[in-house]
Amino acid sequence: MTDLRVAEQNKLRGIAVSPGIVIGKARLIDRSRVKILYQYLIDDDRISQEVNRFKDALRTAEEKLVTLKDRMPEQVKEHAFILDSHLMILKDSMLTDSTIQKILNEKINAEWALKKSLEEIRRIFDQIDDDYISTRISDVENVAERILRNLSGEAQEGLTEIDERVIIVAHDLSPADTTEFNVNKVMGFITDVGGRTSHTAIMAQALELPAVMGLECATDLVEEGDLLIVDGHIGEVVINPDDSAIIHYQEKQLQHEKYKSGIALTSHLPAETLDGHRITVNANIEFLEEVVVVRDYGWEGIGLYRTEFLYLKGLPNEEDLFENYREVAQIIAPDPVTIRTLDLGGDKLASGLEIPEEINPALGLRAIRFCLKEPEIFKSQLRAILRASVYGNIQLMFPMISGLQEILDAKEILGQVKDELDHENVEYDHDLRVGIMIEIPSAVTMAEVLALHVDFFSIGTNDLIQYALAIDRINEHVAYMYQPFHPAILKMIQQVINAARNAGIHVSLCGEMAGDPLCVSILLGLGIDGLSMNARAIPLIKKIIRSISFEEARSDFEKVIRLSTAKEVREYILDRMKSLIPELEEKGYLAM
Amino acid sequence: MLKSFKIRNNLGLHARAAARIVELGNQYKSQLFLKKGDQEVDGGSILSILTLSCPKGTEIETRIVGDDSEDFMEKLSSLFEQKFGESR
Repeated sequence: MTDLRVAEQNKLRGIAVSPGIVIGKARLIDRSRVKILYQYLIDDDRISQEVNRFKDALRTAEEKLVTLKDRMPEQVKEHAFILDSHLMILKDSMLTDSTIQKILNEKINAEWALKKSLEEIRRIFDQIDDDYISTRISDVENVAERILRNLSGEAQEGLTEIDERVIIVAHDLSPADTTEFNVNKVMGFITDVGGRTSHTAIMAQALELPAVMGLECATDLVEEGDLLIVDGHIGEVVINPDDSAIIHYQEKQLQHEKYKSGIALTSHLPAETLDGHRITVNANIEFLEEVVVVRDYGWEGIGLYRTEFLYLKGLPNEEDLFENYREVAQIIAPDPVTIRTLDLGGDKLASGLEIPEEINPALGLRAIRFCLKEPEIFKSQLRAILRASVYGNIQLMFPMISGLQEILDAKEILGQVKDELDHENVEYDHDLRVGIMIEIPSAVTMAEVLALHVDFFSIGTNDLIQYALAIDRINEHVAYMYQPFHPAILKMIQQVINAARNAGIHVSLCGEMAGDPLCVSILLGLGIDGLSMNARAIPLIKKIIRSISFEEARSDFEKVIRLSTAKEVREYILDRMKSLIPELEEKGYLAM
Repeated sequence: MLKSFKIRNNLGLHARAAARIVELGNQYKSQLFLKKGDQEVDGGSILSILTLSCPKGTEIETRIVGDDSEDFMEKLSSLFEQKFGESR
């Protein structure tokens, strides 16, 4: 009992953002600010010394930035402009000349003068309306900190100066920090804050470094030099593991590598069962940039393009949206991309709209409800999507549909937008397919009716499970009840698939269930037409589909649908998968 | 030399575009000033340019003072016309 408790204590759970397992020494990166002391300089000699000291610090910082740029890893070269702009800020008169003036006129030390200049710049930037520009102050701060560290003689806590292979432990890392990584020395990284969709996470994936973020207290619990195991597959970090844990993870790591390279070889093959039943396998993406990263995973299209990101910095204009959608459509063409319209609440939009804070945003004014209430915002997105539709194979999808009325209302607005475009002689795809997300229990009940009005269904199981079982996954006290295998959920999915089948429309599934190795056979048995998932999951899911037979999946499903608890369902499927594809268990893929 | 421009790229005069202007200016002896409304700033300072805060559609008046101002203005014009090398 005691042993178990101790074992639990040195294990941290966070968010898995970049896959892979590494075992190595912890290197804590302290991003806290340098302490600054005020000094009054009495004689002129001291003043000119101080100016020279400041100029030396600038020179050192410049040399440092230039080397950083030269040594930048190939995979992130496109981000070199971050360092270029830092170099420019370093030479900027607003920062440097003004600091020198202050040393001379106010007879103060360089550190204090620099601090004052930075405060002046910060005040000016604070007044700028444009978020795009005002947030650049973080670059100025980053440069100022570099100079300060040189002044104080404290070596900059350099990510590049790391000379042994380590795992970086930090409260937070900016994308600029990650460009400094020497990929040959950094084995992986863990942070207290951040999540799967942050740009830092995307950089980690591009560099293929295992990473776990959102650990909350990693920097408090981990000491410099601690031995760490980072499991980027499941978001686990082990601090100072014992020998048996090290051996366990080393084996897991080795097996993963071998298995991964094995399944990657077949990821381009169709998702077809042993007895010839074929479904589509697509990727979910959120950023344009991801398309490049995920290309090799063997997708057949984008099943879900989330469009919220462009709205987080304020309302985008139609042109920006159009350019973004056009680019995605062109890159993916001739394969299809399903663009989901805005799935946010108004509270998330950084705009002038007065939206009162909601007690329960999941049940509030969001997604299609918000769009129908703010038709101008909705229309601008629909116009952008329609205009982009001639550049590739675009499908349109409305989120959070609870009944027929919302479909009719949304389609009416879509019709108005089409009329406007006709009037302006603007081209668009007249056969643009329109589908809906099925993620609200009432839409499941009404699926027979809804299917007559749309071209396809996409079942969003993440929300459906939450709404159907009345649990908030983020609430740790009820998170255990988030059960994809709950018989009610399986019956709901069955009902939606039957409705789609009767109406002759395509039905796919785009929640996390789609990428869960344990769920594949049951979804096949249910008769799903397609799955859309995080691209990294595709090779394994395809491999599983190619290893089982549709007939068997169906007869398994017939048995499963008669079971009464999530536990029974899960155990039954687990047993079946173990016997069908034994290596899945050996490689730890069924542990979730 | 004086000349007016309209910002045509979608992002406006943001960090990367401002950097292109400063970069260009570094190749000349002449001094560049940018003016929006009645606020004029040093065109050799990326931070000053950013503080002008120029979204798409802003009218900017440029002033170049010095021996090689003609050549400088020509290059600056094409930088503005090509939307700072941005596609949109």
